[in-house]
Amino acid sequence: MKNKVEQCMAGALTWVDQRFPLTSNIKAHLTEYYAPKNFNFWYFFGSLAMLVLVLQIVTGIFLTMHYKPDAALAFGSVEYIMRDVSWGWLIRYMHSTGASMFFVVVYLHMFRGLIYGSYRAPRELIWLFGVGIFLVLMGEAFFGYLLPWGQMSYWGAQVIINLFTSIPFIGPDVSEWLRGDYVVSDATLNRFFAFHVIALPLVLLGLVVAHLIALHEVGSNNPDGIEIKAHKDPKTHIPLDGIPFHPYYTVKDIVGVAVFLMVFSAIIFFAPEMSGYFLEANNFIPADPLQTPAHIAPVWYFTPYYSILRAVPPIFNSQFPGVAAMGLSVMIFALLPWLDRSPVKSIRYRGSLYKKWLALFVVSFIVLGYLGTKPSNVWGVFDASTWIVGGADRATIVARIFTLTYFLFFILMPWYTKKDKTKPVPERVTA
Amino acid sequence: MANQPVDQAKRRFLIAATSAVGGVAVAAMAVPFVSSMLPSARARAAGAAVEVDISKIEPGAMITVEWRGKPVWIVNLTESMSQTLSGQEDKLTDPNLDVVSQQPDYCKNATRSIRPNLMVMEGICTHLGCSPSPKLQPNGDMGDDWKGGFFCPCHGSKFDLAGRVFKGSPAPTNLVVPPHHYLSDAILLVGEHSKEAV
Amino acid sequence: MKSQSIINTVKHGFLAAFFLTLPALAVAAGGDVHLDKAPVNLNNHESLQRGAKLFVNYCLNCHSANYMRYNRLVDIGLTEEQIKNNLLFAADKVGETMQVTMPKAEAKAWFGVVPPDLTVEARARTADWLYTYLRGFYRDDSRPTGWNNVAFANVGMPHVLWELQGQQVMKTEEHVAADGTKTESHHLALDKPGVMTPAEYDVAMADLVNYLVFMAEPAQVQRKKLGVIVLLFLGLLFVVSYYLKKEFWKDVH
Repeated sequence: MKNKVEQCMAGALTWVDQRFPLTSNIKAHLTEYYAPKNFNFWYFFGSLAMLVLVLQIVTGIFLTMHYKPDAALAFGSVEYIMRDVSWGWLIRYMHSTGASMFFVVVYLHMFRGLIYGSYRAPRELIWLFGVGIFLVLMGEAFFGYLLPWGQMSYWGAQVIINLFTSIPFIGPDVSEWLRGDYVVSDATLNRFFAFHVIALPLVLLGLVVAHLIALHEVGSNNPDGIEIKAHKDPKTHIPLDGIPFHPYYTVKDIVGVAVFLMVFSAIIFFAPEMSGYFLEANNFIPADPLQTPAHIAPVWYFTPYYSILRAVPPIFNSQFPGVAAMGLSVMIFALLPWLDRSPVKSIRYRGSLYKKWLALFVVSFIVLGYLGTKPSNVWGVFDASTWIVGGADRATIVARIFTLTYFLFFILMPWYTKKDKTKPVPERVTA
Repeated sequence: MANQPVDQAKRRFLIAATSAVGGVAVAAMAVPFVSSMLPSARARAAGAAVEVDISKIEPGAMITVEWRGKPVWIVNLTESMSQTLSGQEDKLTDPNLDVVSQQPDYCKNATRSIRPNLMVMEGICTHLGCSPSPKLQPNGDMGDDWKGGFFCPCHGSKFDLAGRVFKGSPAPTNLVVPPHHYLSDAILLVGEHSKEAV
Repeated sequence: MKSQSIINTVKHGFLAAFFLTLPALAVAAGGDVHLDKAPVNLNNHESLQRGAKLFVNYCLNCHSANYMRYNRLVDIGLTEEQIKNNLLFAADKVGETMQVTMPKAEAKAWFGVVPPDLTVEARARTADWLYTYLRGFYRDDSRPTGWNNVAFANVGMPHVLWELQGQQVMKTEEHVAADGTKTESHHLALDKPGVMTPAEYDVAMADLVNYLVFMAEPAQVQRKKLGVIVLLFLGLLFVVSYYLKKEFWKDVH
């Protein structure tokens, strides 16, 4: 009996394989894709990002069944989902929490790349596709944030679109074109919906596929930052320090998924607003074009860049330098593969100079992120008699300093990575 | 690597256990998503039972009310109209109401109704869902042996005044009698069985 | 919420200064008014039902709750029959939402603003703010309505519940510190008593706020209950997957 079933299955598989490379793909990407055996905690976040992507797409599809992209109906349709649709509240909270958790996971994933030099040759394209994913993700978050049509949705979009106004010469026309109206309106909502549910997800999926193809072409980096393909078994040509992704990393990633889902569920079920960081109180007030909330701040994952925007003073009465700095603060990640001149990849074998700069960058990122959630007078002003900075907002001065260090981390990288005293790199991965 | 023997039984057990727990998780996760596509509280509220004042329907007249977006006919039969309900059983597909899904138990009787003179039925043809036209009067454009009933313009199905389908019609079954009951002499509630009936 | 009060505060600097010195409503670092803690308990069905009754009788005359269906009150222990007999004044069917009959244009003419929809007000403003606000009305003859509020300076809404609470006034006291500087402090005092004692009124407002919190997210009790089960189950998944991983990784280590 059992034999017959097995025979039948084998027959079916052969039938498929003659028509579609199923077995060979499973081998190439799972059972005979050799990943370094020394992946640590930081290597969970790639698969978790995939998980969140799937969750966002699935919950998004089901939300789309009930949501109305219409300025008169949008706010109500979200409340309709929250109370009238069976389990709508759960699906909506999964999506809103998923948005923030996507950034949590992606930031940790990017940080992994940063500390182990995963962007270095021959993985520049993986990194560039990744930066592309990050940019599209920011777009997704921005467009999606307008859809609930609350006060924060509305004024957030208004402010961000108005940033484009500061572009010399064409700015005002560009922002009007983006809005499709003189203010953020029904037309804006409708097109943001189109971008959010179809345009950007398509691009995102394409980039994710490209990211993975490039990864599987060159193979994964690892915490030692050395190439496992340099030492292969002479007979089998399998990397000596590699293990098949399946079953070893699939079973490991399931553990990561379980832990992640516990954190994710804890937020969804017990703190879906996350003290206003995931869902803001002001967004429970329907959009009102005639009244701006007293304090508007972007969602937490945008705040480091928003801080940079605010920190850069206008030059010749133009906000453009701030806008340009904000754009640059995101885009500059793409240059990392060419800024890093260190002979080693992993932080394990770098010297203290790099570590100090990295620590400074992390601190800058977090402080800027924190300040971005607060009004610029959060720490009061310097006493008028203070040297140079007298009368200025303390928080603004701090943000300026950290904006500088944020950029210096990148700009000075060619210099300090070259000058840094590195440690010898082992031949084989350390367990 | 592998310097100790692999305990295959243990592995099989752990794979099965993880798959089972994971499978339950995925199945449980599917519940909210599938349920979200059911009629929402708004749809259920809109589809709630409808109260109808029947005291103003003249004998021989028909009114149409909307319940769950469907037309529901209420016909007040005259004496002569009631008489047409017996005597042509041989021409009907299902005169004995054997297809029980088409009416509640309390309407499985000679007139398919609670009150013999008051017909309540959904005006949706059981063929492909068109709404038949009332042809309540005998003869007329329906021919000489027509005793009154309903005619579906889409594909020519014919029904008698109790909504029973005539043989030779494309419609396979009688018109549906929706759940209903009388709250008082004058008030009919369409869309709900009476508490006693359940 | 805060934003609104802040905007108004800025507009009316004079009154702002006045409020910010209230000791009874001590000022927080951000300049916000001190808020009293609302005793919210969503498992207290009696309180929620009393709150629902207050809401329907007093709030729903001018404020709508457009996304709240009457029959959702089943969740706080009422039957559809009870809802129909005791609470259904502005609608015909229990499945309808809590609409308001007052036309928006008239409302705007009377109050200067359209009274906001209250369905999710508790999420927009927080329970503590509502609790403070509902207990914070006092007589102010400089206002067109004759009322002002400690949580919401120059509020457009009159004190609808004054018959229950009575009339409060703002008392000002002058203090002279040891170094001679003078400061003023302000506190609310009951001038004319209402039908309820202050303690009874506090309970009634706690009930009303409790109801508003429920209405803002009717699924929240179910959400937390389900969360416990989900977390326990994921804990189980973690345990079995952990042992699975450990077993397979014997090959590697």
